[in-house]
Amino acid sequence: MFGLDKKDFRLLLLVAVLVVLAPFLLNPFPEGSAMAQFNAGYPDLMQRFVIFGIFAIGFNILFGLTGYLSFGHAAFLGVGSYAAIWMMKLLTMNVIPAIFVSVIVAGIFSLAVGWISLRRSGIYFSILTLAFAQMSYSLAYSVLTPITGGETGLQPKVTDPRILDGTLANGATPKANLFGLEMGSSFEWSVGGWLFTFNAGYYVAAIVMLVAFYMSIRIFRSPFGMMLRAVKSNQQRLNYTGLNAKPYTLAAFVISGMYAGLAGGLMVAMDTQVGAERMFWTASGEVVLMSILGGVGTLIGPVLGAGAIKYMENILSKINKEILHQWFAFMPDGIEDILVSLVYPFIGKGWHLTLGIIFMLVVIFLPGGLVEGGQRVARLFKRKKPAEDGPDGKTTPAE
Amino acid sequence: MGILEVKNVGKRFGGLQALGDVNLSVAENTVHAIIGPNGAGKSTLLNCLVGKLIPDTGSVMFDGQSVLGRKPYEINQMGISRVFQTPEIFGELSVMENMMIPCFAKRDGAFTPNAFIDMFKDREIVERAEQMLEEMNMADARNDNAATMSRGNKRRLEIGMCLAQEPRLLLLDEPTAGMARADTNNTIDLLKQIKDERDITISIIEHDMHVVFSLAERITVLAQGTPLVEDTPDNIKGHPKVREAYLGETQDAA
Ligand SMILES: Nc1ncnc2c1ncn2[C@@H]1O[C@H](COP(=O)(O)OP(=O)(O)O)[C@@H](O)[C@H]1O
Ligand SMILES: [Mg+2]
Repeated sequence: MFGLDKKDFRLLLLVAVLVVLAPFLLNPFPEGSAMAQFNAGYPDLMQRFVIFGIFAIGFNILFGLTGYLSFGHAAFLGVGSYAAIWMMKLLTMNVIPAIFVSVIVAGIFSLAVGWISLRRSGIYFSILTLAFAQMSYSLAYSVLTPITGGETGLQPKVTDPRILDGTLANGATPKANLFGLEMGSSFEWSVGGWLFTFNAGYYVAAIVMLVAFYMSIRIFRSPFGMMLRAVKSNQQRLNYTGLNAKPYTLAAFVISGMYAGLAGGLMVAMDTQVGAERMFWTASGEVVLMSILGGVGTLIGPVLGAGAIKYMENILSKINKEILHQWFAFMPDGIEDILVSLVYPFIGKGWHLTLGIIFMLVVIFLPGGLVEGGQRVARLFKRKKPAEDGPDGKTTPAE
Repeated sequence: MGILEVKNVGKRFGGLQALGDVNLSVAENTVHAIIGPNGAGKSTLLNCLVGKLIPDTGSVMFDGQSVLGRKPYEINQMGISRVFQTPEIFGELSVMENMMIPCFAKRDGAFTPNAFIDMFKDREIVERAEQMLEEMNMADARNDNAATMSRGNKRRLEIGMCLAQEPRLLLLDEPTAGMARADTNNTIDLLKQIKDERDITISIIEHDMHVVFSLAERITVLAQGTPLVEDTPDNIKGHPKVREAYLGETQDAA
């Protein structure tokens, strides 16, 4: 189906189902219950899940396949965002031109950065990409202020030309839309104690993410994808097999830059504003963490990693002392205080600590990331069924 | 005119003259061995042929065209394949994928961004790779990870990968170095078979006399960066200069 073999098609289908049902799946707890804290089914966060999923999928095409570790991919995301917001200022609030142009502009920019950075490999390559990204960040803050809005960033304004849109009604503000369907509009469905939100922007981003995921599967399974894995495996042999590694790695770099630009464009489509901090080096580091946490070089890993990190960033960070006291209220007072002070460093602003610990545990015990964890669990279950005991532990390079 | 013509090639590393003034002509469809003591400059010479090193002086012509200044992948596309001293294969890839890569390189050239076909649905490539695996007796290992194979099998795979490109000249740098006797003999048999069944020129660098004398039709003896003599194996065996410079040395050591 769609040129995919059975296994890949099942994976795509599974991801599609999960993405479509996310408003239910991520909101398992009734409103107002103690656990509602852990609900993630609100539009903002769901949008972030799929957008960072796209970012990580693209990053994985470079890092996972070729092994070239870029520390500057946030720059492409930022450039994509700026391109998108300018489309909204100049052309139309329809998200289509914004998203399209963000991909193109990020592609061109990554071609230039890749062309230069790929003259080196290993740590030198990483440093070059980092330098480019930090340079872009600083420029966006200073000399490029006329284009980037500097510290204040950019938003669509009522007075922008927007040559394709009609004039706004008096008092109306420009809103991102898809042929009239506003990205911010939601349909809320309340059943029993539960509240489910179906947001237009989320579903637009989700569809784009599914297409991006599908394309990454195709790339993984193609001769081009195999060449990229060959670059990672043994560049010497590749060169002496009559293959020119440079254009292959550059193509992978540009593709992943375009994915980053796409993510940046979608961010603007969902939330119409950009600031330079989007290009800061920590943002580049985050996508590296996502890939490694989920499983480098696996198909679904980066999406899982992106989800896990965005979940922690948004959920763990919101838990505060009062909530902890509520949770441990059933304990005797003294023990309650001890428990709260033990858990407290790991939540709220301390969520980075939790992320750091989880990251270390994964790197040490599950080098294949969450995907490897999943495979191990699956194998445990398989072994319990004596009927099918074929030695199926063979790890395919791209799961 | 040989298929490979090396004229007055010199290469210096700092103060060390690794190659003095090398002249070498390898005739088409022969097995030509280059022997010489450690440090004689054999690997350096080979690196000058495949684009890894650029000689300071002289010329290297393959099939009437100069290879100097070309990149390794370009020289390979001209028809020269190289086997390394330690087998260089794609360890993380399956044996089948290892074999498919040179097939793609042969058919599609140095760069083809074909990202929207399933590589295993490319029948021409799959069939060619399968046929090569059969010929190398590796069809059973098809789905194995290449890194998990024995050294002998890695060597076999590497040679197979080179042959899949149908090179006109196959260069081997000490293909049996560090191998157990059984693996060495397997490799000799494989190379004999290749030489009998194909129109291919083989140039082999070897330390192991057993390998050299069971394969070579012509031998060049290299010592301190310059060729001492070039002759048939029988004449080389009895040559006084060679005994002195090379064979004598190993016999004393034995
Ligand atoms: N890249 C290099 N830089 C400096 N010296 C080198 C280099 N490669 C080889 N040599 C030196 O050149 C001489 C010939 O080396 P090599 O060609 O490897 O000999 P062989 O393969 O015959 O054993 C040796 O003395 C070696 O140390
Ligand atoms: Mg050597």
